Amino acid sequence: MRLLLALVRKDLLVGWRGRARLVGLSTYAVTLLLLFSFALGPDSTTLHEHAPAYAWVAILSASTLLLAQSFQQEVEGGALEGLLLLPVSPTAMFYAKALANLLLLLFLALVLLPVSVVLFGLRPAGSPVALAGVLALGGAGLVAPGTLYAALTARVKAQQVLLPVLLFPLVVPPLLAAVKATSLLLEGDPMHQVGTWVGLLATFDVLYWSLCGVLFGRVVEE
Amino acid sequence: MRWVYALGALALAALGTGHAIGLLVAPPDRAMGETVRILYVHVPTAWTAMLAFTVAMVAAVGALWSGRPGWDALLEGSVEVGVVFNGLLLCQGSLWARPTWDAWWTWDPRLTTSAIMMVAFTGVLVLRRLLHPPERRAVASAVATIVSFVDVPVVYLSVKWWNTTHQGFSSVETVDPVMLAPLLTSIAGTTLLGASLLVWRTRIAMAARHREDDAPDLPPTPIPLDLEASR
Repeated sequence: MRLLLALVRKDLLVGWRGRARLVGLSTYAVTLLLLFSFALGPDSTTLHEHAPAYAWVAILSASTLLLAQSFQQEVEGGALEGLLLLPVSPTAMFYAKALANLLLLLFLALVLLPVSVVLFGLRPAGSPVALAGVLALGGAGLVAPGTLYAALTARVKAQQVLLPVLLFPLVVPPLLAAVKATSLLLEGDPMHQVGTWVGLLATFDVLYWSLCGVLFGRVVEE
Repeated sequence: MRWVYALGALALAALGTGHAIGLLVAPPDRAMGETVRILYVHVPTAWTAMLAFTVAMVAAVGALWSGRPGWDALLEGSVEVGVVFNGLLLCQGSLWARPTWDAWWTWDPRLTTSAIMMVAFTGVLVLRRLLHPPERRAVASAVATIVSFVDVPVVYLSVKWWNTTHQGFSSVETVDPVMLAPLLTSIAGTTLLGASLLVWRTRIAMAARHREDDAPDLPPTPIPLDLEASR
């Protein structure tokens, strides 16, 4: 457990030292949000209605860049070999990496949320705690397969293409559930459907976090 | 390998019989009319695609477990056969949806999840083309196959979980015997066809792997041509 925390701390520290990149990533995501409004025109009801979907798509596309970087840094300096020499199980390494990526992704979501509230004229109705929970669960659904595939493609030259091709189909179910849950929380839930979507999201989270944790060892060991 | 030819011949015979009954003998449907005959292609294709992906999943577990190249070749063969049948499935579905639902495509859960399934496994094939040392390729594509397989049960259960336009489960009791006979024959034929394609494709993958293993290693750096010396 201490090892896991140390690994998470290391990744967050690397993220903090390279905060210029993190700022760049947030700017990229905000630009995407702006692009959605430009692409759809100034029809405020359409924008308002689909705001959670735009926010999640922005998070998704920024996350592929974030995930790809998280392993490129390790591979570039030969740091991954160093990590593998430590007495850490690859499973612990996976959970540390995924947790760190999740925290960085949530930071990104924290930047995007107020921007989308302003840009799309949202009036948050649900409780902020529930919203934070859905964000965390949704982020977890993206990050677990994302971390596995980032490791898998870290040494491939065409990683920028390959990672989204592999990742996007897998994250459709959690993403769909996250978008539905978020929009229900933001716009009120007269039919009490949030529970079903959160349940679906949690199911995929458990499935991906356990499956990817088991498989990660085989990906990094050679 | 004569048995593979036999398998193929049997597949063609079953397909021919099934479709002959389906096109000529079986009656048109009360609601859908003549278009219902796509059923005898559509259901067998869906079944074969899912079966191929299930074989791929087994091969992936085998490849990770034992590391034998045979499993990896089986994985390549079954994923490719699965993707081809999945593509056919989507085309047939579109052709059927146009007269019955008046649209080539609807964002129905079963259609959506089937499309996702195809994209996910196509990703595995792309991954295979881009990774070089065969051992690493085997591990990576096995891992990607196992994770992608999560979608297959979702496709199967989608008609049960969500309210869909697509029709739900049918069983032997709910299908009329006149329609059941051609359906089952076509399912047998398509499965055999898929199996023989899978065997051929696996053999090709195995041969390619042997060729790759036998090839001499490339020199680490290109040897510079000494132009000065030859002058």
